[in-house]
Amino acid sequence: MTSEKTKTEAKTKMLKISLEKTGLLFEKLSAAGKLYIPVDGAAGASFEKWDGKAGEANKFEMKMSSAHNTVKSAKDVFFPQTEDLMRFRVNGKKIEVTDCSDYLNNSNNSNNSDVARADNSAQNEKTANNIILFGVRACDVKSFEVLDRVFLSEPCDTYYKARRERTVIFSMACAAPRETCFCTSFGIDPSCPEGDVSCIADGKYIYFEIKSEKGERLMSSLSDMSDISDILESIGDSDPESVASRRREIKRRAERLPLSGVSTEPFGAGTTGRYFSSPAWEELSATCLGCGACTFVCPTCQCYDIKDFDTGESVVRYRCWDSCMYSDFTKMSAGQPRLTRLERFRQRFMHKLVYFPENNDGLFSCVGCGRCLASCPVNMNIVKVMKKLGGGAGD
Amino acid sequence: MTETAKKKEPLVPLVAQIVGIRTDTPDVKTFKVVNTDGKKPFSHIPGQCAMLSVPGVGEGMFSITSSPTNEDYMEFSIKRCGALTSFLHGVEEGQQITLRGPYGNGFPVNADFVGENLLFIAGGIGIAPLRSVINYCRSFRERYGRIDIVCGARSPRDLVDRDEALGEWAKDRDIGVHPTVDRADKNEDGWEGHVGFVPSYVKELGFSPDRTAIICGPPVMIKFTLEGLEELGFDKSRIYTTLEMRMKCGIGKCGRCNIGSKYVCRDGPVFRLDELDALPDEY
Repeated sequence: MTSEKTKTEAKTKMLKISLEKTGLLFEKLSAAGKLYIPVDGAAGASFEKWDGKAGEANKFEMKMSSAHNTVKSAKDVFFPQTEDLMRFRVNGKKIEVTDCSDYLNNSNNSNNSDVARADNSAQNEKTANNIILFGVRACDVKSFEVLDRVFLSEPCDTYYKARRERTVIFSMACAAPRETCFCTSFGIDPSCPEGDVSCIADGKYIYFEIKSEKGERLMSSLSDMSDISDILESIGDSDPESVASRRREIKRRAERLPLSGVSTEPFGAGTTGRYFSSPAWEELSATCLGCGACTFVCPTCQCYDIKDFDTGESVVRYRCWDSCMYSDFTKMSAGQPRLTRLERFRQRFMHKLVYFPENNDGLFSCVGCGRCLASCPVNMNIVKVMKKLGGGAGD
Repeated sequence: MTETAKKKEPLVPLVAQIVGIRTDTPDVKTFKVVNTDGKKPFSHIPGQCAMLSVPGVGEGMFSITSSPTNEDYMEFSIKRCGALTSFLHGVEEGQQITLRGPYGNGFPVNADFVGENLLFIAGGIGIAPLRSVINYCRSFRERYGRIDIVCGARSPRDLVDRDEALGEWAKDRDIGVHPTVDRADKNEDGWEGHVGFVPSYVKELGFSPDRTAIICGPPVMIKFTLEGLEELGFDKSRIYTTLEMRMKCGIGKCGRCNIGSKYVCRDGPVFRLDELDALPDEY
């Protein structure tokens, strides 16, 4: 059994496909599930559902050559910006909980209605249960681990779990980092991302390294398809060196990024006392507008609100993203903890750098993707906070 | 939907029904709640809470005020404060609500409290979480030592659970009930009891510090009572209180009820004073 398994692994461990054939690959993948890829748009790249036909799909090649990471991470595939949790029928004094089974039963894979609301236009369309995320960068793959810690810990969030379990992640080594990137500070290797299938592309090929059973199942089902078996090649003798050299190149580039030296060393569990009362918070938070842009583009931010909406026929209880930067986030009729901007600002960064690691074996709730640096209207960000608090020079 | 599905998804509540409403004070009512089969919705530990909701109005976390030893129904003492509580104050018996829970850690009634002399100190609606503990301790009276209860309110008519405290608890052997009010008009209220704030009354009563103290009330009352207890020589590791924060999920995920790395919904609402001292001063 073991030897048989090893043999299979050896055979399917690494595959490659010519870059020119990615259109065909996507066509095949989209038959195996709902496929999302990063696509360029006027406001930057975003994950979009792939619906191109073979031959038209050279868009992807463009991404590979030029695009930075997506403006938002793909977290909304698992944790949609808004989603209906359940409905109530209210009739006088009577209440009936209805419809929640529609959302919940999907976790059993028994029915093929769509739970991922990321694609609103296709909400009622019957699609395959699987979701395939293609081209996720190393930082964002790591962010899913952070989200998993929150949503999959007991009591497990079954809405999230249903989508997470059905998703196969094809990660992609990051050939186009931004100047705001600092994933290496969090021990992330942009050249060798985790995921179910870890991909790296050079000028000619995309190489696939299978990392999980889920990835293996999907890749072997692809290999069984008639049109693709001849384009999905096993790697040759010289390929490992091409991949290794490509990885070295990506790593070198990451090491030369301006923020690559940001240190997480001063932070982590048990450092609340060192930073909570620091006078630096006043200066750091002074320009914050409390707009919450940083929390919305953040791949690890997961605070949410639950609200009711009366449609006239029923009451929909829905969940939507919320932000700890908002002034009413902790507002109660009895009073409000974190009343000031300074307290809310401090909460966000203490959570990412101290509280979260304290509860999660040292894992930081930041992956250095740099999105908040790019999105902040007043140019305040976690790097400045880390430098200032951690004793660095700041800028 | 099946029972299993309900259990699987923690955010989906069960339907319950209000079968009794008692007006305690001008702004506090106690609601007796059963499930749609007429039974107690779920069991709990004293000090635990439940998410109570009226769909379309709101959902909020409330302390379960009845004792776990009450097998027939659950009670919630609710002060009229915001949208949901105002709505609840306007409903009649038979109104259905939704419930999910129980949430939180509860008081260590079967651990640290056993064999201890207990001192309960409640201000206003702060009696709500303590009532569950007090009645639990009364049901298993032999497990605990001396019990004293100091309960305060703005005025005699604002004393929550007044009839139960003075009519039942005070009649038990080994239970001392010490009510106090901030102000009273002798002619109007007929109040013969103590007049004064809770913190100073506690000091005046001069409890010996070999007790476990359990405090709940408005933050300002808690603050000054704690100072008084420390002056009396109480150890921080034997003082318990409960915290209140805004909550949406109740299961440590929505991100708003944390103090430092502790979530009040999951790691609280009951904290020992020495545990609170270790948390950042945000409350």
